[in-house]
Amino acid sequence: MANVKVTINGKLIETDSTRTIIQAARENGISIPHFCWHEKLSTAGNCRICLVDVEKMPKLAIACMTNVAEGMVVNTKNERVVNAREAVMEFILINHPLDCPICDEAGECKLQDYAYKFSQGYSRFGDDKVHKNKRVEIGPRVMFDAERCISCSRCIRFCDEIAGVHQLQFVNRGDHTTIETFPGETLDNPYSMNVVDICPVGALTNKDFRFKSRVWEMSFTESICNGCARGCNIEIGVRNNGILRLTPRTNDDVNSNWMCDHGRLDTWKHVNAEDRITGPMVRKGGILVDVGWDEAMAKVAGELKLFNKNEIAFIGSAFASNEDNYVLARFAKEVLGSKHIDRMSHRIDGGDDALLIRADKTPNDTGAALVGIVPGEGGRDIEGIVQGIRDGHIKALYAIDDDIAQHPELEKVITKLEFFAVHASNANKSTRIADVVLASSTYAERSGTITNFQKRVQRLRPAVVTLERERALDGLTMSRLDKFAAPNDSWGKGPRRDSRASWRIVAAIGNIMGGKFKYMTAEDVFTDITHTVDAFKGLTYLKIGSKGALLQ
Amino acid sequence: MEKYLEKSVPVRKKDLSFWQKLYIPAILQGMKITMTEFFKPSVTIEYPEVRTVMPDSFRGRPILVAENGTERCVACGLCARVCPALAIEVQAGETELGKERYPERFEINMVRCIFCGFCEEVCPEEAIIMSQEYELVFTSQKEALFGKDKLVKPIEEVRTRLDFLRKSR
Repeated sequence: MANVKVTINGKLIETDSTRTIIQAARENGISIPHFCWHEKLSTAGNCRICLVDVEKMPKLAIACMTNVAEGMVVNTKNERVVNAREAVMEFILINHPLDCPICDEAGECKLQDYAYKFSQGYSRFGDDKVHKNKRVEIGPRVMFDAERCISCSRCIRFCDEIAGVHQLQFVNRGDHTTIETFPGETLDNPYSMNVVDICPVGALTNKDFRFKSRVWEMSFTESICNGCARGCNIEIGVRNNGILRLTPRTNDDVNSNWMCDHGRLDTWKHVNAEDRITGPMVRKGGILVDVGWDEAMAKVAGELKLFNKNEIAFIGSAFASNEDNYVLARFAKEVLGSKHIDRMSHRIDGGDDALLIRADKTPNDTGAALVGIVPGEGGRDIEGIVQGIRDGHIKALYAIDDDIAQHPELEKVITKLEFFAVHASNANKSTRIADVVLASSTYAERSGTITNFQKRVQRLRPAVVTLERERALDGLTMSRLDKFAAPNDSWGKGPRRDSRASWRIVAAIGNIMGGKFKYMTAEDVFTDITHTVDAFKGLTYLKIGSKGALLQ
Repeated sequence: MEKYLEKSVPVRKKDLSFWQKLYIPAILQGMKITMTEFFKPSVTIEYPEVRTVMPDSFRGRPILVAENGTERCVACGLCARVCPALAIEVQAGETELGKERYPERFEINMVRCIFCGFCEEVCPEEAIIMSQEYELVFTSQKEALFGKDKLVKPIEEVRTRLDFLRKSR
């Protein structure tokens, strides 16, 4: 690893000799077009679009395979290179169908972009293109269109090198080359959908997202996956106020460029679901009745006042943000003086793997513990609370953002409670029993922070609007449709629910009962956390940024 | 200033003559014109009873062309993207047909539409074209949302416009 000086497009660059031209250029802000090269995969060198002119080399060299050397002079845009690039584009486009209008990749397609930038703009090819299968179910979650494939082998290398399963391979020769799974196999590894992201064309598409929306009609919000304790960085794609897909966001400290299929498919459907709790509800005569926020919160405050502080227990949630849990812990300990506070574990032993997936299926267990969702001195933990309910010592229970009735022991005794209030975003076992159901926002509807297993604090940003927010006023990302939708348009107006962030609900109830919570935003709560919880000292939302910050 | 004022005041040179004061000659003159026009062939189109057939170059309300009972549209969304008034909303769906995509929902908000014809120009399938229809009456905003039921027209009805488009391309 020796330091070398190379010149790329007249710019002197100092780098080390292990770097290839494409890496050195990229690190210094010079982009060289590429299809098959991917920063996290091995180099294949088969697309030939990254040809560059290296002085004293007789022929053009591919930038992805050529290492830099002392004194190298590279030109990425002289006439020779431009002509060669045009020729490569022409070859690739010979058998590429004109599918852009029906292709999901359109708008985020490398081939489309490069065709605009580097191609001559017309075709000299008059014969029939090679036809292949257009709808191959290559895996349970991925569709393959063989005609669109440009044989870059990124998906093959991803399976081999990242997912660690050899599921894909090229078959046939020449322009009949296509990708197939090995006999009897399908592309079903738990990370299979990453091939959709890395496919430079629309050959591999997400079955779940197929034809749902054009990408230019969506807004994309940086957020964090709530599928497990890893906290993969994601982008939430939203149209008409409904989530349509999640895609991974690069963060080398957490998830590299990848995310698992479970996170991508199963962690957001509840946000759009029919069974959403659309507003606060109070049980009257055995059935839950929609009421206003004031009535619901007054009811909770009034009921909680009837109990002795040792008769009330609280269950925080590892699904909720640091802010939610912190306010709940303060409410329990400071306003009501209860020591019985804990959270439910969602750990599945053996449910992890070597790449990303963690055994703890909640995104914020670390954070919840740090901000105070642990039993106070002499307080009851979750088993203690169950025992307390069973023998009648615990008479009231307040739980947030978790279906606590799933706890097998708790489920049996939960009906013995005299008062049970729960925050929920969707109808579940707990809401069927609860006396008061407070509609809480899902992770995609609120601002906040969560702490992953590495003790890395990361930001959640709202992608979907609830009634308490306005997309334009609250700084949410806006698609073109969001910007221009008028009241008489049918688009841009997906359902908005009357839900609130849990910390806001708890703080409001706390204030009714004599607490002094003066938070206006989630950021105010976080600032308070940084003052009182040592691990968070000195952090701000700005410092956390889009890549997160490690706790001390 | 005064100079201008003086100029702008019209000065009646002399009073009307006796015949002019009488009005009858002027009325007769008017009647003459009326009577001559009465017997000439009429040039106006008696609108509700008679309807103009517009030339093929006319840009009436956009419609979706249907071939063999299914719309040509592949729901690519380019019309929605190019529409300067954001009048069009398309929701794609998957079909077993060769075209793979079809518009599950296709809505044009005719209150928004400005009849510019960009949608027709951008369409890669010649699926959305401007028709010769110019009669658009709604009694509510909701009625102005034209769905596929109102938009889809068999190709036979719009053949002349398609020919015109081919010719003028």
